Amino acid sequence: MNRQTLQQTAPHTTQHQTGNQRFLPDNLNGAWRNRLLRWETLLLVFVALAFFANTQLSPYFLDPWSLSDATFNFTEKAIIALPMALLIIARDIDLSVASTIALSSVAMGAANSAGIDPAGMVAIGAGVGLLAGLFNGYIITRFDIPAIVVTIGTMSLYRGIAYIVLGDGVYRDYPQGFAFFGQGYVYGVISFEFTLFLLLAVIFAVILHKTIFGRRVFAIGNNPTAALFSGINVKRHRMVLFTLVGLFSGIAAILLTSRIGSTRPSIAMGWELEVITMVVLGGVSIMGGAGSIAGVFIAVFLMGLVTFGMGLLNVPGIVMSIFTGILLIAVIGTPIIWRRVVQAQKMRSKMRGG
Amino acid sequence: MKFRKSLLAAAALVFGLATVSAQAADTIRVGLVVKSLGNGFFEAARDGAMEAAKEVGNAEVIYTGPTSTTAEGQIESINSLMAQHVDAIAVSANDPDALAPILKRAMQRGIKVISWDSGVAQDARIVHLNPSNNELIGKTCVKLAADVVGDGGGDIAILSATPTSTNQNIWIEEMKKALPDYSGLKLVDTVYGDDLADKSYRETVALLKKYPDLKAIVAPTSVGIVAAAQAVEDQNMVGKVFVTGLGLPSELAGHVEKGSVKSFAIWNPIDLGYSAMMISYKLATGAEGGPNSRIEAGRMGTISFDENGDGAMSEPFVYDASNVEKFAKIF
Repeated sequence: MNRQTLQQTAPHTTQHQTGNQRFLPDNLNGAWRNRLLRWETLLLVFVALAFFANTQLSPYFLDPWSLSDATFNFTEKAIIALPMALLIIARDIDLSVASTIALSSVAMGAANSAGIDPAGMVAIGAGVGLLAGLFNGYIITRFDIPAIVVTIGTMSLYRGIAYIVLGDGVYRDYPQGFAFFGQGYVYGVISFEFTLFLLLAVIFAVILHKTIFGRRVFAIGNNPTAALFSGINVKRHRMVLFTLVGLFSGIAAILLTSRIGSTRPSIAMGWELEVITMVVLGGVSIMGGAGSIAGVFIAVFLMGLVTFGMGLLNVPGIVMSIFTGILLIAVIGTPIIWRRVVQAQKMRSKMRGG
Repeated sequence: MKFRKSLLAAAALVFGLATVSAQAADTIRVGLVVKSLGNGFFEAARDGAMEAAKEVGNAEVIYTGPTSTTAEGQIESINSLMAQHVDAIAVSANDPDALAPILKRAMQRGIKVISWDSGVAQDARIVHLNPSNNELIGKTCVKLAADVVGDGGGDIAILSATPTSTNQNIWIEEMKKALPDYSGLKLVDTVYGDDLADKSYRETVALLKKYPDLKAIVAPTSVGIVAAAQAVEDQNMVGKVFVTGLGLPSELAGHVEKGSVKSFAIWNPIDLGYSAMMISYKLATGAEGGPNSRIEAGRMGTISFDENGDGAMSEPFVYDASNVEKFAKIF
């Protein structure tokens, strides 16, 4: 598989071809690109609104330490949202990420009790996550079972294992050297967690938008059958994506465990839906085939700003959930409704013309 | 992002901090962090805290907490309290260890931190206020069970909250210690309803099916005891199986009338919220707290804290058909 064959499967993209310069869109449906641009603009408008509202409503909002503290509320979830975006673009989903965190955290706790040093614990945390993701990917691609079914299963399985190992017990007394990952600062108020997220966001943007692997992810999401017939090893790509999501759940587990300095099997309960909300809010099509890391990146900040702002005003959590739900529907619904209106207008003018 | 941050830092220096310090000087603001919102017990505690705030005059209660009983949710609530530069935080913890790092950070920034009801690690708070003495609660629960089972003895089971709930686990331990005093009682199982009404209900129905000779269910949780009483009534087991434990009079008055609950115990959450607020206020206005200290808490008298900084408010109180109606109107 190379760029040439992808071109052949998508004849309408050849119109962009000028000389040796070949333009490859992020997916095979050219119109989406414009739509995505609009999406990110819309998100940015929402971010600006949220930011402005926060500065007006709370005198405490513009405090560097407060803003820095606020980033801890979403950074770990945001780190999982990056590979999750790729996975959803490829028309898959993983609901087991929060349970993977629990499993990975329990493994690190056990490693700590066994006297393994922080470097070893990090390797074990990431490794367990990677294996959990690999297991998801293997079952899904080997037996051709829908991802949602398998990962609902492993969601219970992984957390179940964590409960069996730990029961109502707790792992704590993590060494001082381990605390840096979730509590340390790189420079001033900029935390290690947040720096890592920024770095990973850039890496994932490059992977998705600038590499052949990224193009193939879009191709698979747009039409898995066509992708297969054009020579992409769809199964292997899906497996890599599930493994990536698992690995980053493991990394999130390292950060979270380090931040709260303890492990219980109920750790990160319910996070899977928050991660998926970030991805969907970022404009990634839940039907696959479209989306961008920039969109997810902005969506992470939008959710962070909105929840932190409401927290400052002591808005009860349930009202926050309602607001997040409304925000999600508004951001996703607006372009769809807008498009319908535009189309209806076109139709009407056509009718009049004919 | 870095650019924006530094821009914000500059902006904050110009006017942000000025407004913050201006507002903080007037009233003592105390963040009352509860395990979850929408729980009758904590709402009663909030009313008590507000009563204390009114009594001292220059204090304000910020009642907050997550929607579901998670440590991560409480960390978010504490984060936003820290951002608001509150003077004190009084927390009933969902997890004693997971909250420790964030509470230590709050103390580093000059916020007075206490835990109440459900405690946190010793170095993450100044003092911990127990509603009662754990040993007495365990003993009271077992005694209540023994009373309904009668002289003949029989099987009892425990319906708890989540397997990670700090206080429930301590009480269950204390119950197990008190059990040998009642030779007829046999603890057959401990199940967890996660403080969710539907799960507690299902777990109770399962208990009734699994142990046909069950005489009493002890639920040391206000959510669990109501669900268990309802399940016993729905399964037509009233008179055969009695539910007891810790619960709110207002939620249990109906079940006492129907007979599924004969008696139960609880301290007064209004008093507890009142005491937590009083202690927080005293600490924020200069009182010394910590191990082996004594803090005067208004109408609740002076509360003594032991060498670990733990203090007990009062003994649990037993409610039955004779007094439940009266207290049901209060909380």
